[in-house]
Amino acid sequence: MSAPAEALPASAPRLKSGSNLERVLAAGQFAVTAELGPPRSWDAESIRRKITLLKGYCDAANVTDNQTAVVRMSSIATALLMQPEGLEPIIQMTCRDRNRIAMQSDLLGAAAHGIRNLLCLSGDHQSFGDHPGAKNVHDIDSIQMLAMVRAMRDEGKLQSGSEIKGGGPPLYIGAAASPFAHPTSMRPYRLRKKVLAGADFIQTQLVYDVAAFREYMKKVVDLGAAEQTRILAGVGPLKSPGMARHLRDNVPGVTVPDALVKRMEAAARGIDESDKEGRRNAWAAEGQKICVELIQQLREVPGVAGVHIMAIEWEQAVRPIVEAAGLLPRPVVDGA
Amino acid sequence: MIVAEQKNLQEIRRMLQGRKKVLALGCGTCVTVCLAGGRQETAALASSLRMASRIDGEPLAVDESIVQRQCEWEYVDSLAQQLEEYDAVLSLGCGVGVQTLAERFPNKRIFPALNTKFMGMPTSHGVWEERCIGCGNCILDKTGGVCPVSRCAKQLFNGPCGGSEDGHCEVSKGTSCAWHNIWQRAEALGMVDALMEITPPKDWSTSRDGGPRRIVRDDLRLPGEDTEGKA
Repeated sequence: MSAPAEALPASAPRLKSGSNLERVLAAGQFAVTAELGPPRSWDAESIRRKITLLKGYCDAANVTDNQTAVVRMSSIATALLMQPEGLEPIIQMTCRDRNRIAMQSDLLGAAAHGIRNLLCLSGDHQSFGDHPGAKNVHDIDSIQMLAMVRAMRDEGKLQSGSEIKGGGPPLYIGAAASPFAHPTSMRPYRLRKKVLAGADFIQTQLVYDVAAFREYMKKVVDLGAAEQTRILAGVGPLKSPGMARHLRDNVPGVTVPDALVKRMEAAARGIDESDKEGRRNAWAAEGQKICVELIQQLREVPGVAGVHIMAIEWEQAVRPIVEAAGLLPRPVVDGA
Repeated sequence: MIVAEQKNLQEIRRMLQGRKKVLALGCGTCVTVCLAGGRQETAALASSLRMASRIDGEPLAVDESIVQRQCEWEYVDSLAQQLEEYDAVLSLGCGVGVQTLAERFPNKRIFPALNTKFMGMPTSHGVWEERCIGCGNCILDKTGGVCPVSRCAKQLFNGPCGGSEDGHCEVSKGTSCAWHNIWQRAEALGMVDALMEITPPKDWSTSRDGGPRRIVRDDLRLPGEDTEGKA
């Protein structure tokens, strides 16, 4: 990988936010993002422990916003704990819990605290979470949110059209894409729509089927969407054959080829059933190995600008995966 | 139509605790069609209540009756005299019917026997589905006649979330994904290009978010009535 302190090429466009993630991508470097899930408590220490597992091994880390509709420490508050430790946050924000008033208010506050990356999401439905009786908001959808935030930043205007004193907040704006969700023929168009609405970068749902993803990306490239944004392919290490089967059978938009499920099943073969730790370790090693292979294959897919590693509650896996994929040290790109 | 379903008997009995003589009052319009509060359902509920009260030894007289529409003054006005002999009305009308009765008969307790669910239609025998939330600003022209406001769990305006699978919504496997349907119709009707445009944020002020809604049509007001809609 590149040497530290590499300067931006002179022809580089003006940065929109100056975030580390933006600088890495603008410099043409293959980006790595990870994920930091806030705790279901006010325990700041647990966040600091996760920070040490991720810092230096990714360019920025997503901070989930009450993921799966389970109450957790707020994304922005968690991000504020990350910044002084030197791990750049990408705050996630869902349309489920906030109307346009709350969204814009929180984004102005986040920007004032130096937060520079945002991922705009619809949000998991509350029926999957710990407060299924909650009222959801969905005042605007994720694409409308992208357009709203872009207008805040580029035109210095709130959604109402009124001016933001002193100009718009410098945010690097991201969106999610689910390449294999149904209806599949619509998915490349939906990604393009997000790009047109304002997505500077895209993070995809977990990819295990590289051949199918390549087909999807071909369409995305043909639509001209890939050159107007930076697409980070989503990957995640499998922890066990059970997890592989669960993802394959139960999670909409995730396909796991049977060959990978079989590899996970074979990983602990020969290890006695009673040796639970031995089996766990064998599965973990195979899961990480598969993840590294996926990253290497995804790097070669035209239009892919980086990877987003989702190792949920398994942050320890990030460093070995990034290292084995030949993506360390992470580049240091000079600021705007 | 408005679709409703009956509350369970225990809940209704708890509401009526301490009452001596109740009129179970059905409605001959929407809830008759959706088989929740028509003549037959009213008779069956009244009978169940009488039976239950006999078994428990708590005497409760329940008579039954029906009006064509509980949501209009002219139909409920005719009940005035009849209601005098009852200490409560158990309405098998929708929420509108219950409130019409409550407004017309301020000294009478009115209890709801139904849960009003949605504006929708029967899609097959014994199955009703929501089709409209009354947002006050119809966009069906842009979505091929399929409404994402009422039929998408996240009220998305610009395409499906990642939870659409095999045409179903991840929130409820029995519910079809509105955006799957919209996309299918767009492909069939050659309307795909229209879906590529970004639909801007909706103005929800025409919906319930703007406060309780009313319509005043001056062309229908009678001489001497003001334009505020006050009689």
